[in-house]
Amino acid sequence: MAGRGGPEMRAESLEALFSSKEIIIACGSGGVGKTTTAAAAGAMAAVRHRAKVLVVTVDPARRLANALGLDGFGNEEKRVDPDAFKSAGVKPRGELWAAMLDTKQSWDDLVHRHAPDADTERRILSNPLYQNISGKFVQSHDYIAMERLYEIHSSGNYDLIVVDTPPTRNAIDFIEAPRRMAEFFSSKLLRLLIAPYRSRMINLASRPFYQVADRVLGSQFLQDIAEFFILFQTMYGGFVERATAVERLLRDQRTTFVVVSTLEAAPVREAEFFIQALTAKRFHLGALVLNKVLPDYLLDQGADERAARLCDEAAEIAGADDLAATLGTEEEQLRRVLVEVATNFRNFAMVARREGALRRELQARPEVVASVPEFAGDIHDVGGLLRLGERIWS
Amino acid sequence: VADLLDRRLVFVTGKGGVGKTTIAAALAWLAADRGKKTLVCEIDAKGDLSSFYETGPTRFEEREVAPRLWAMSMDTEASLKQYLSLQLKIPLVAKVGPLAKMFDFVASAAPGVKEIVTVGKLCWEVKERHYDLIVVDASASGHIVSQLAAPQAINQLVQVGLVRQQTGWMLDILGDAATTGLVVVATPAEMPVNETLELTERVREETNVDLAAVVVNRVLPELFGRGEEEVFGRLEGDSDPAVRQAVEARLGGPVGPLLEAARLTVRMRRARTEYLERLRNAIDPGIPMLYMPYLFFKAHGLRATRQIADALSAELGY
Repeated sequence: MAGRGGPEMRAESLEALFSSKEIIIACGSGGVGKTTTAAAAGAMAAVRHRAKVLVVTVDPARRLANALGLDGFGNEEKRVDPDAFKSAGVKPRGELWAAMLDTKQSWDDLVHRHAPDADTERRILSNPLYQNISGKFVQSHDYIAMERLYEIHSSGNYDLIVVDTPPTRNAIDFIEAPRRMAEFFSSKLLRLLIAPYRSRMINLASRPFYQVADRVLGSQFLQDIAEFFILFQTMYGGFVERATAVERLLRDQRTTFVVVSTLEAAPVREAEFFIQALTAKRFHLGALVLNKVLPDYLLDQGADERAARLCDEAAEIAGADDLAATLGTEEEQLRRVLVEVATNFRNFAMVARREGALRRELQARPEVVASVPEFAGDIHDVGGLLRLGERIWS
Repeated sequence: VADLLDRRLVFVTGKGGVGKTTIAAALAWLAADRGKKTLVCEIDAKGDLSSFYETGPTRFEEREVAPRLWAMSMDTEASLKQYLSLQLKIPLVAKVGPLAKMFDFVASAAPGVKEIVTVGKLCWEVKERHYDLIVVDASASGHIVSQLAAPQAINQLVQVGLVRQQTGWMLDILGDAATTGLVVVATPAEMPVNETLELTERVREETNVDLAAVVVNRVLPELFGRGEEEVFGRLEGDSDPAVRQAVEARLGGPVGPLLEAARLTVRMRRARTEYLERLRNAIDPGIPMLYMPYLFFKAHGLRATRQIADALSAELGY
């Protein structure tokens, strides 16, 4: 494990990172264990520091949700039962809280906050387009995750907030979501699109775009869209202000990003891209966590040579000195077992070497690099979460 | 139930990271290999598909990448242009100018517009019978339902207009199980299995597309057969160290790592089997489940595509 240096190094561990920051944003491609890693590190922080820690997650695995006691809860922040720690034999110094992200609910809250009056709010919420869109509107997950992070941070209720980011098509979409949202609402195109509906004086049919759009989509649909955006624009000021504040928070020195990846080609490519993008845009890159890493013994060159020999000589070995009888089996069965053991080692040794190469490609940048070994099963409870946390913490 | 490769339009989806593109690429490869003129279409232009055939990047214009196998990547803007020029047959399109930008804008705001242009292009290729089979490396499970249900969504939102008129025949193509099928790819792990179950439920409720098969990717091999695991247990255990010592003497060094690695595989396989069983029990028994091996050597490139195509072929009983 790299970075386990002495006190002379800066941010030499996740522990140091988590004690110096207020917001930790975990990013990485889907399926790499991002959510679990974020939750494990958050749980460690709650156990070791006298801190109130919140883990915000987008889409936790059912078992993780169970472990955190999050079943059936949406946006509401909920304290993880101290008894869950007690059963793991741990007495936390702080508190662990958890919340899930309910996109639809968050959008409704947002409209409620920014709408100029109750009538506009009601009209937006009942607009058929809004109802269709609030789930998938221009990267709405990304935007709403960042928006909610801002809200929670401003509440001043927590010492540390760990957020796991929604899976995005483009890795850094979520960082730019607030600004894009503001741009969207101030764009010329939007004004152009809704202008004819603001003033009924303009003859739509005279414009080629509307002619085509009208034939393709029908004017009623265009009108619905326009009305929706006219309503939405009443919230423009609030949006822009908010978006600017969210971006400022993401760039604040109290915020850091943790990139999570497994050592497979595609996630590593994405992690690499993340690291580059974060660095180029001058966000703070705090750590790289490598998940589901195969054990080191697979890299043992001597063992690999012995596995190769065992493959070739399995029949002779199984036939020698009554070995089979000692194990209470037949020669042939022992031979098959030995061949399987040897072949399996060689197969996984190859995977481990490939992981090693990918790891070297990645390791250059962040100060903290932590590895999590491949666990055979999944995390069922807080105890499991903490065992994982221990591996990456210091 | 129609044979998978006898359908005309097959969408391949799954949670991000499960190897959806691998399966789509291999399925198309297998179909072409079996004599079908096949088009494989990548929806999310990540540029990954081409690496599975070791060819240059795919574009909207179809390109032959192997005998009988054509590849393209979806571009909603190009698709809309093609559609407008085919359907409207008016020179107007040329004069519109920033139509593309406008379209992009409307499409990012209005649900279903981008999706209908995507699905429309694919259905149109089916209708025109340009190919025997079209394999779609579709959106990930989070987005596939809005893609497949786009005609219904448009029907609800758009009352008149050309797009509305187009939804009827698209629904006919998508809803015919002999023509169109959905393949969901999963891996034996908690989240992919959960997502697969949620997805198949939503597909049944919100679309008229038939679930054609579930592919389970990266299945670890079963190391030990009946009785063999007990032998391994004794070899590994401390009660009869003589055998282990004899083997070590013969090989000239410790075999601990070899035994540990085998134990790890057994444990990983067992943990994953649990998820496989949950998946099998929850999926309609009539729907084939195809198991693909974990590839130790290389997980992408043409070599992997061919290996997975062979595995698919075996699982499909060819």
